[in-house]
Amino acid sequence: MADLTTNFAGIHSPNPFWLASAPPTNTGEQVMRAFDAGWGGAVWKTIGEPITNVSSRYSSSDWNSQRMMGLNNIELITDRPIEVNLREIAEIKRRYPRHAVIASLMVESRREAWHEMVKRTEDAGADGLELNFGCPHGMSERGMGSAVGQVPEYTQRITEWVKETARTPVLVKLTPNVTDIRDIARAARRARADGLSAINTINSITGIDLSTFAPRPNVDGMSSHGGYCGPAVKPIALNMVQQVMADTVDGPPIPLSGIGGIGNWQDAAEFLLLGCTSVQVCTAVMHYGYRIVQEMIDGLSNWMDESGFATVDAFRGKSLAKVTEWKHLNLNYKIVARIDEALCIGCQLCHIACWDGAHQCIHVDRVSGPIDGPVELHAKPHEVGREKIAVTPMPRLGPLKQHIGPYAASLERIPRVDETECVGCNLCSLVCPVDGCITMVERPNGLAPQTWAERNACAQDASPHGPG
Amino acid sequence: MELATNPDIAQRFPDLYPALDARAAVVEANRCLNCFDAPCMGACPTHIDVPGFIRRIAAGNVTGSARTILDANVLGASCARVCPVDVLCEGACVLHGKHQKPIEIGRLQRFAMETFYHAGGRLALRQRQERSQRVLCIGAGPASLACAAELRQHGFQVRVIERRLLPGGLNTYGVAEYKLRTADSLREVEMVRGLGVEFEVCHVDAASLTQLEREFDAIFLGVGLGAMKRLEIAGANSVDGISAADGIIDALNFIAAYKTGTPLRVGRRVVVIGAGNTAIDAACAAKRLGAETVTIVYRRHRQNIPAFAFEVDHALREGVEFRWASLPTAIAASNKALSLTCVTLAQDANGRLTPQPGSEFAMECDLVIPAIGQSPLLELLSQVRGVTMKRGRVIVDRATGQTANPKYFAGGDCVNGGREVVDAVADGKRAALGIAAWLNEKSSTRPEVPLG
Repeated sequence: MADLTTNFAGIHSPNPFWLASAPPTNTGEQVMRAFDAGWGGAVWKTIGEPITNVSSRYSSSDWNSQRMMGLNNIELITDRPIEVNLREIAEIKRRYPRHAVIASLMVESRREAWHEMVKRTEDAGADGLELNFGCPHGMSERGMGSAVGQVPEYTQRITEWVKETARTPVLVKLTPNVTDIRDIARAARRARADGLSAINTINSITGIDLSTFAPRPNVDGMSSHGGYCGPAVKPIALNMVQQVMADTVDGPPIPLSGIGGIGNWQDAAEFLLLGCTSVQVCTAVMHYGYRIVQEMIDGLSNWMDESGFATVDAFRGKSLAKVTEWKHLNLNYKIVARIDEALCIGCQLCHIACWDGAHQCIHVDRVSGPIDGPVELHAKPHEVGREKIAVTPMPRLGPLKQHIGPYAASLERIPRVDETECVGCNLCSLVCPVDGCITMVERPNGLAPQTWAERNACAQDASPHGPG
Repeated sequence: MELATNPDIAQRFPDLYPALDARAAVVEANRCLNCFDAPCMGACPTHIDVPGFIRRIAAGNVTGSARTILDANVLGASCARVCPVDVLCEGACVLHGKHQKPIEIGRLQRFAMETFYHAGGRLALRQRQERSQRVLCIGAGPASLACAAELRQHGFQVRVIERRLLPGGLNTYGVAEYKLRTADSLREVEMVRGLGVEFEVCHVDAASLTQLEREFDAIFLGVGLGAMKRLEIAGANSVDGISAADGIIDALNFIAAYKTGTPLRVGRRVVVIGAGNTAIDAACAAKRLGAETVTIVYRRHRQNIPAFAFEVDHALREGVEFRWASLPTAIAASNKALSLTCVTLAQDANGRLTPQPGSEFAMECDLVIPAIGQSPLLELLSQVRGVTMKRGRVIVDRATGQTANPKYFAGGDCVNGGREVVDAVADGKRAALGIAAWLNEKSSTRPEVPLG
């Protein structure tokens, strides 16, 4: 079985799966149950001067009958006394010495306050510190959280204060609510942070109650912007992780703990492939409980075994080299859509998507005829399309045509691709509900690979008006 | 036109399938792929925009969903309950192609319609322009109701006449109560009445037809079929009657009786002759009304049965027994019970079913329910001048429903020989558009005078 042990800038854990600083890490009792379930580490719910929360606190976006595609919260940091949290950390480190306990911290922006907090936390036995410069609601109004993380100078200064006294690794948690997350990551690196974690939640209003006009969550008739997380934010998080890990301005990248919509081992693998050293999970646990880590460990191990990766380091960051700027993409690479008629169920979603949303090259105009070879048409494609879109037919008079041959749909319902018009955009393969039915196949055009940058350079060389 | 549901009947005939609750409906609606030019639409004779109404359920717009259904099919509520969806919309669902359960279109439609009616929803007139021309619909079954509603949407003045006390045709009198309650059928009729359609109970004969032809600009024949065929076997006349007390009652009269409150004593043993969908409805009803054994006698085998396969499965679940390859030959009354003599049939060398010598057997029973099809309503239709018929069916132009006498249009069972409610609705709607086009053409020579 694959070795999942993780060393994050000196913080050791049995696997890369950590709980993010959030309600699932609110108390020692919870963290112990989480470790028993299999979590490798836990970032303690942010410790600071206790606050008073509101009720309600969470709201979500559902999609197509699936609950909590995205989760929004207006909950603040811990509402429990500092000494209670630290006492429980000490107890857990005594009972679970092999697991990682990272304390998330947030105090007022005074050097002495940070020094004191760091010392007390490390004395309690925390394996590392995560500076919460990301919380986008409530705390930011008090000059903390993202109010710090949105300004590179503040981020750098407070991180420097912490590093003055810290003996354990220091992580800076980044907010995505900035124009360029790399500016903040660089500030943290300049301050000699040992690692980063990203992303924190994204400013959001999840929805509005159409009977009261109040956005959710509703606090006595009012709402406030919150922080968005869960499966919906994963693509945004992956993008920011890539940006941070590929950034070499002001020195090489430092270890990153990836956060944002991770719910299963595949999500985790994607963050690790973009260079993360560990991953943090919250929403999926708030939805299903700590038990989900078992699938994550199992799934990642199996995939690593099947792929021949003995350790996480063996594949960490492998996708970073596969991301480049648009100008370095090959303009002469040509693919087209191919519909597998044996799998097509005749829903024609590819047809309407291509027709209305892409490049009008998938037609439903087949009368009969073989699947491979010439296709018998009954009208010019665009005429057929117009008619079907514009006319709602009256009740039919005849019976349905019977299916012919070994296909899942009647032949006349199976669309065909006009390869001369297909631009290879992928849209049809994205909307097709049948796995493997529409594939994008390469159509070699005999042209040597050429990027926009190269083409531009050629054009400038050839141009008499080029820069000279 | 209210009919209080008999509590005993309500208890014996609860809904066969539970309704979808709001959450389940949304989950099911979200399974729909929203096919373009969806096959389910093509498979529906009334061409309901199925992806359109399902998408509205998913989006929480149930009112819009119901209106989408009603736009295409004014009897959307009863069709949702009585349509053989397996062979229509759901049978055409593309999900069959990926070996998945088709979308439960019938139950989703029922959810939309029942939610709509429960909230007090009403049919809305698409336009308010009244026209002076008057159209008569003879018969108040699904075909006429659909025709009348569509004509009102075009502003025509419409009257529906019906010989029976209650409107709705077979929806009111002839559908198993666990599929469609009489009260629900009548509620749907009320919706049509709400569009401004007049209803009248009256009998039509040759003399009154002449008068009605003068009074109305066009006439739609939605008369359905006539009485059920009589059992033509020895002794049948001696016990023949239309009430269960006589020991013999045809399936449609039997179903109508229990649905409209006539007390019925079915006895311990019931034999149903014939194996169409009506026979199944009658057999299951007899079981639910207290019969200990109900046997369907059919002259052929299961693979030849005219009823839908799912109806046969349902009858078996209800405890109905089948006696295949058996032909009744005689019936005799003895000592308060009946004795039905049958003979076993077998295929001869030419493939014909022939009685096997010496295979006679007798079935003792308390009630015999023949269900061997309806005969055409020839006594009325033969009196309509210029309307041509073939094999008991009125001949019409399929696209418009117009008969050989241009003033007469027709649709439903009297044209198609007896099919589904949804076919009758499609016929009625098609005929309404045919009538509207014909009247428009006629009136284009003289200016239309709008009514107040």
